[in-house]
Amino acid sequence: MINQSNKTLNTNITKLVNQPYKYGFSTTIEKDIIEKGLNENVIRLISQKKQEPNFLLEFRLKAYKKWLQMKCPEWAQLKFSEIDYQNIIYYSAPKIKKKINSLDEVDPELLETFEKLGISLSEQKRLTNVAVDAIFDSVSIGTTFKEELAQEGVIFCSISEAIQEYPEFIEKYLGTVVPIGDNYFSALNSAVFTDGSFCYIPKNVKCPLDLSTYFRINDQQSGQFERTLIIADTNSQVSYLEGCTAPQYDNNQLHAAIVELIAFDNASIKYSTVQNWYAGNEYGQGGVYNFVTKRGLCAGINSKISWTQVETGSNITWKYPSCLLVGNNAQGEFYSVALTNNYQQADTGTKMIHVGKKTRSRIISKGISAGKSKNSYRGLVNITSKALGARNYSQCDSLLIGNLSNANTFPFISVQNATTKVEHEASTSKIGEEQIFYFLQRGISIEKGIELMISGFCRDVFTELPLEFAAEADRLLSLKLEGSVG
Amino acid sequence: MNNKPILEIKNLKATINTNEILKNLNLKVHSGEIHAIMGPNGSGKSTFSKVLAGHPAYEVLSGEILFKGKNILELDPEERSHLGIFLAFQYPIEIPGVSNEDFLRLAYNAKQKFKNQPEVDPLEFLMIINQKLELVDMSPTFLSRNVNEGFSGGEKKRNEILQMVLLDSELSILDETDSGLDIDALKIISQGINTFMSKEKAIILITHYQRLLDYIKPDFVHVMRNGKIIKTGTAELAKELEIKGYEWLK
Repeated sequence: MINQSNKTLNTNITKLVNQPYKYGFSTTIEKDIIEKGLNENVIRLISQKKQEPNFLLEFRLKAYKKWLQMKCPEWAQLKFSEIDYQNIIYYSAPKIKKKINSLDEVDPELLETFEKLGISLSEQKRLTNVAVDAIFDSVSIGTTFKEELAQEGVIFCSISEAIQEYPEFIEKYLGTVVPIGDNYFSALNSAVFTDGSFCYIPKNVKCPLDLSTYFRINDQQSGQFERTLIIADTNSQVSYLEGCTAPQYDNNQLHAAIVELIAFDNASIKYSTVQNWYAGNEYGQGGVYNFVTKRGLCAGINSKISWTQVETGSNITWKYPSCLLVGNNAQGEFYSVALTNNYQQADTGTKMIHVGKKTRSRIISKGISAGKSKNSYRGLVNITSKALGARNYSQCDSLLIGNLSNANTFPFISVQNATTKVEHEASTSKIGEEQIFYFLQRGISIEKGIELMISGFCRDVFTELPLEFAAEADRLLSLKLEGSVG
Repeated sequence: MNNKPILEIKNLKATINTNEILKNLNLKVHSGEIHAIMGPNGSGKSTFSKVLAGHPAYEVLSGEILFKGKNILELDPEERSHLGIFLAFQYPIEIPGVSNEDFLRLAYNAKQKFKNQPEVDPLEFLMIINQKLELVDMSPTFLSRNVNEGFSGGEKKRNEILQMVLLDSELSILDETDSGLDIDALKIISQGINTFMSKEKAIILITHYQRLLDYIKPDFVHVMRNGKIIKTGTAELAKELEIKGYEWLK
């Protein structure tokens, strides 16, 4: 149609994306570290340091043996150099001088770190409507609003604390949604996880606050292996938020997390993530390798699990928050915005496994690729023979910015009974020079124009985010792309 | 008609991908005038409109474009727009996910800001835009649709004219606004343009057909060929061309 000069476009696009990462600082703090490397002794040592019950040590060792037999998956559209697992620190915790009774006794250095990240833990300044569990490298440093939540019977604490205080929950549910040997990274995590959040919402309780965990990788050499378990008992409801950042280092940090959700009859869990790990520099050096297994089990009838994710960070993202829809009438949802820039690579999507009758799932995925990045949607909709009357709707849209970025969609659909209804829609569009010129000709600046296009593109997902996150997400995306065109 | 032209183009040479498209183009336009530029395919008409608006894919090798006496070659497309240059696109661009209303309001407010006038809120804007909508006979429902997405050819062109009217541009270049229009749509658009036209404004119509000029009377007709204007005349010239074809001028 209109002649485009590639040269001009490319220079314009190169300028597009180089907003400095504002969470790139690191904190100097005295640490308790287990030497680099992974072997059975390290695992025993972790377990010992955390004074874990025997069943958990067994769990870890079993996972470690599994892991040794497994291979790093290669099916994803990701290219990265082999990870040297002996060159990673598996346990790094800020040294605590004495037992902490309240958050105000936490090392000021740490409080300040979270303060800088916009997460205030101190009594006076903390968010009034969100309870936060703050995790620094390998350990949780504190949880806000614990007492208030306890009054409703809600348990919200670090998983280490849960292991001590509520071992019966942990023993019963840990590893039931994501089995130890589910995949390479889940086996690794099961062997070496150090902290994470635990949350239990009792019967008939609508959790009065949004719960939130903030993950911070600080140490240059350490991996973060956290584990989150959320259980929503019959008739209960909870909304959970997760945020993450990491300092700017020129080596890659490994982050391999597991999140397990369980929803019983009529229970509903809404899990939202804004992932902003350090993504590496404009040449693709540094940044976090993010290999995460997230899965929810809709065990009960009418149960509902909804995943919303905004993925903007990490050098590599490998992540498929999924739903196992076992209870009749159960509902699974997945809303995702994944933005990649420079040399970032994301292979992300979801699995919806329909087992119960009349189960429903909905997938809305929006991929934005700029720079020389690669962004893939990978999804599975599996409707088993028992899932009579099941329904799925999937929509996968890709938006390309510039000529050098790459978008893929890999939808797998398997239907084993004839009473189901499955719909899949996909589109690819591009923010090209002609669109930008159109904005400019009307006197609208590039930044405004791109912001408008991106927020329009992501609208269906952003409306699913809790209010505090929605504005943040919008701002984050435009920041990430600022200056990237023209 | 004052003597100082609103637009003066002197010896303009421009290339895209090292192909020279404009070769020594000269043109003078005064406020209050309507100029028609006609010419065979590939003569450089659309390139001319893009260069005037500052499209980054085109490189100006030499020459000058003076707008209200000021050389605008170094200005960004955005700045040229603020100064009062409007281009109605031959193929208006679709912008998925962005409502026409938001787009129009942003454009309007960008101009307000440039003129140091207060930006308007969505409600105020609705009052402004609703009046303009009547001018191009469009229903308010189209404000909630995405910019040009799924618009028919006629709707896209009407949307361009709507934007021209909204931004109240002093110099408007209409690149084949008549192409792809049925006779009713052509009448509506022409009426809109004629209502908009005034002593303070100038319009350059780029067209293949004499048909448009039955509705909008040009003061001058230029024939462009091979990157320059080879003949200039009055409305009569267009009629003559219609009968004899461009070969006649060879």
